[in-house]
Amino acid sequence: MRIRALFQRYETNLLIAIILLGIIITAVNPSFLTLENFFDLAKSYSFLGIFAIGVLIVLISGGIDISFSAIATVGEYAMTVIMIRHGGNIATCFLISCGIGIALGAINALLIHGFNIPTIIATIATLNIYYGILTVLSGGKWIYNLPSWFQQFAIIRVFTLTSAEGIPYGLSIITVVWVFLIVVAWIILRYTTLGRSLYAMGGSMSAARRAGLNILRLQLFVYGFMGFMSGVAGVVQALLVQTVAPNSIVGKELNVIAAVVLGGASLSGGTGTIFGTILGVTLIAIMGNGLTLMRVSSFWYDVCIGLVILIAVGASAYRRKRMQRRSILTGE
Amino acid sequence: MVSGERTVADVFLSMEKISKQYAGVRALDSVDFEIRRGEIHCLVGENGSGKSTLIKIIAGVVRPDDGGRIEIEGAPLANYHSIDSIHRGIEVIYQDLSLFPNLTAAENISFCQIVAEGDRVMNWSKARRIAGRAMARINVTLPLDTLVAELSIADQQLVAICRALTSDVKLLIMDEPTTALTRKEVAALLAVVKDLQAKGIATLFISHKLNEVLEVADRLTILRDGKKVGTFDRGDLTDETLALSMTGKTIEYSRYRWEGTRDGTPLLDVRNLTKRGNFSAVDLALFPGEILGITGLLGSGRTELALALFGMNRPDSGEVFIEGRRVRIASVQDAVRCGIGYVPENRMLQGLVMEQSVARNVIITIVAKLLTRLGLIDPRKRAKAAAHWVKELAIKVPSIDSPVQTLSGGNQQRVVLTKWIATSPRILILDGPTVGIDVAAKRSIHETIRALAHRGMGIIVISDEVPEVLNNCNRILVMSRGAIRATFDAATATSDEIQRSVNEN
Repeated sequence: MRIRALFQRYETNLLIAIILLGIIITAVNPSFLTLENFFDLAKSYSFLGIFAIGVLIVLISGGIDISFSAIATVGEYAMTVIMIRHGGNIATCFLISCGIGIALGAINALLIHGFNIPTIIATIATLNIYYGILTVLSGGKWIYNLPSWFQQFAIIRVFTLTSAEGIPYGLSIITVVWVFLIVVAWIILRYTTLGRSLYAMGGSMSAARRAGLNILRLQLFVYGFMGFMSGVAGVVQALLVQTVAPNSIVGKELNVIAAVVLGGASLSGGTGTIFGTILGVTLIAIMGNGLTLMRVSSFWYDVCIGLVILIAVGASAYRRKRMQRRSILTGE
Repeated sequence: MVSGERTVADVFLSMEKISKQYAGVRALDSVDFEIRRGEIHCLVGENGSGKSTLIKIIAGVVRPDDGGRIEIEGAPLANYHSIDSIHRGIEVIYQDLSLFPNLTAAENISFCQIVAEGDRVMNWSKARRIAGRAMARINVTLPLDTLVAELSIADQQLVAICRALTSDVKLLIMDEPTTALTRKEVAALLAVVKDLQAKGIATLFISHKLNEVLEVADRLTILRDGKKVGTFDRGDLTDETLALSMTGKTIEYSRYRWEGTRDGTPLLDVRNLTKRGNFSAVDLALFPGEILGITGLLGSGRTELALALFGMNRPDSGEVFIEGRRVRIASVQDAVRCGIGYVPENRMLQGLVMEQSVARNVIITIVAKLLTRLGLIDPRKRAKAAAHWVKELAIKVPSIDSPVQTLSGGNQQRVVLTKWIATSPRILILDGPTVGIDVAAKRSIHETIRALAHRGMGIIVISDEVPEVLNNCNRILVMSRGAIRATFDAATATSDEIQRSVNEN
């Protein structure tokens, strides 16, 4: 079996699909292929992209996390309430939201490790608990009156260009946050023994144990990191929308997981790359954007996402199945 | 090795009066055991004899009961953590190899070392360096950038050995290393072990395949029912005495005698069966009551042929006749309709639901015949069918409701066979029926096969082991590169001449 060659092919195929889709969209509406559109997409999809990095790391370690949307909501809401009551700055916002995220993620890790519960069950349970507690405490109230410094931060651009119509655009600070986190995660996964241990654990839990890895510590990192990313995503969501609602993030879990799986990560653990994940997020992003630009009803968006995932995952599963059939016959 | 007085310095590991009790069951009973520096030692015994418990104690995974004593290089071992044994130079390669299939060979070999050194940064060139050094120690070359999942089992084993060699290993323990290997690969593995011996590294083998054990070991320790039977030098044991010591029973290797004659209409008649790249121009005839052996190296086309007869590998040309009638076998359903049963190699070990009762396991293939009019399983029919088959195959069980896991290895294997025999096939194809089981269990499977043949079933046994086909079949076909190269009559053939024919190609 040439798994690596397969994944190399897989990422290449994904890239080809993205380019083809881009050509089709541009043919219908040339405004797709503009810097302005790209910077805009890179800003608005940072939210999904940040979650995706966390989910990638969870999937690599052989687990799955459903509760991250609730963690992000709790972090976002708590951060907003404290910011409005006591003031603060953007740094304290990230600190509060991420701190809560790490703490809630650590609870996930302890449940998973301590009681040996399947990760999907544990995190479905905590999703409901975290989200339920927030709904009770907040009464489901929306928050609109965010401080002006918070609004100002959201529109910071690293550099600014001006479009033909005289509208300014450029690289948003939010995109920079996402890119920074991508680089951090890439270094962890590729160049630290911690990152390699995560791949090892996802490849074979029992072998990882026998190799003397501290599984509890690894689980704490995985779900803590997912919690941290959720905290960041919570702040980014508030920055993008400038309204904080308890029910605005929960329900998006499966879209994020779909993007990561689309990017080549395996639900059975041990495989997945940052590059693939970025491609997965990109495909989802330009598909949503393209449908809008091609004036297709937004109701079709979900149908399209579903079809793309089916085709992408189905194609690689089919190839694997054919290969297995061959190996039964040849005994290799 | 020269026998005679040995100094303490010659002994690497010594264990005295080691006992272990699990919930009232005595897994090990006051066992003394020692391994000398650089020796190749084999630990043999039937399933449940205490082999794995002993290994786990040496590896520090299991703590023995109080009263025993373990010394490594003269210093007592007090704590029982796997990391302690590793620090003292003991490495275990488990049967499942404990590799990471999703990582490259280089990373697999170097990973434990890098983790053990407490590195935080992953230094890829260091990983390759460690892997290269380990490979050089046993003179092998592995594709370092290939994922372990893409390597053959034999190469994966070499990866596991290389990984063990990255630390300062003095004793390498290998649990059943040869079960999944071809003869050639086994020879290569044993050469590696010999090479390690030259470097002063001791190897402890745990193995079921007795002739291999005799080929390579300096000494053997035999366990039976948790007690040590004894430690012997290689020269002092033959196949027969070894089997006797393991089982406590004399096992006679009597040959199968077929009373029938090869005229009239055969049960199965295969003419000129060909599948490109698998096998070509295969002719064979099987008469009722015959046991036909097919042997040959892995990849000789024997399994492909069996799959073709069972409808899982459609041939390109040729004809198949069942009792004189021409049939087309294009699917498993066709094969079952023709009265053909097939027990694949891995099913022998994996075809059981261990926690479920014997009755449930036996009737699993014939559920459709035991339904009430509503389509539910009729408990009375089920009990009757199960009791019938258990009696028929002389499976020794306290009750048909006992879980399969409480049975001995041999009886478990009989349950697997029963499951398929319950479908009443006229032709039964067994691929490697005794792979990975011990002598006594093997014996009981062979008895079952003979009993079935006596009742007029035609049986094809596919096996690596020449003695197995020679003793249990009346005719033996040798396959190589997809063709039948030679046919032997078991009444007159010798083991050597068949083995020569197998190796010739």
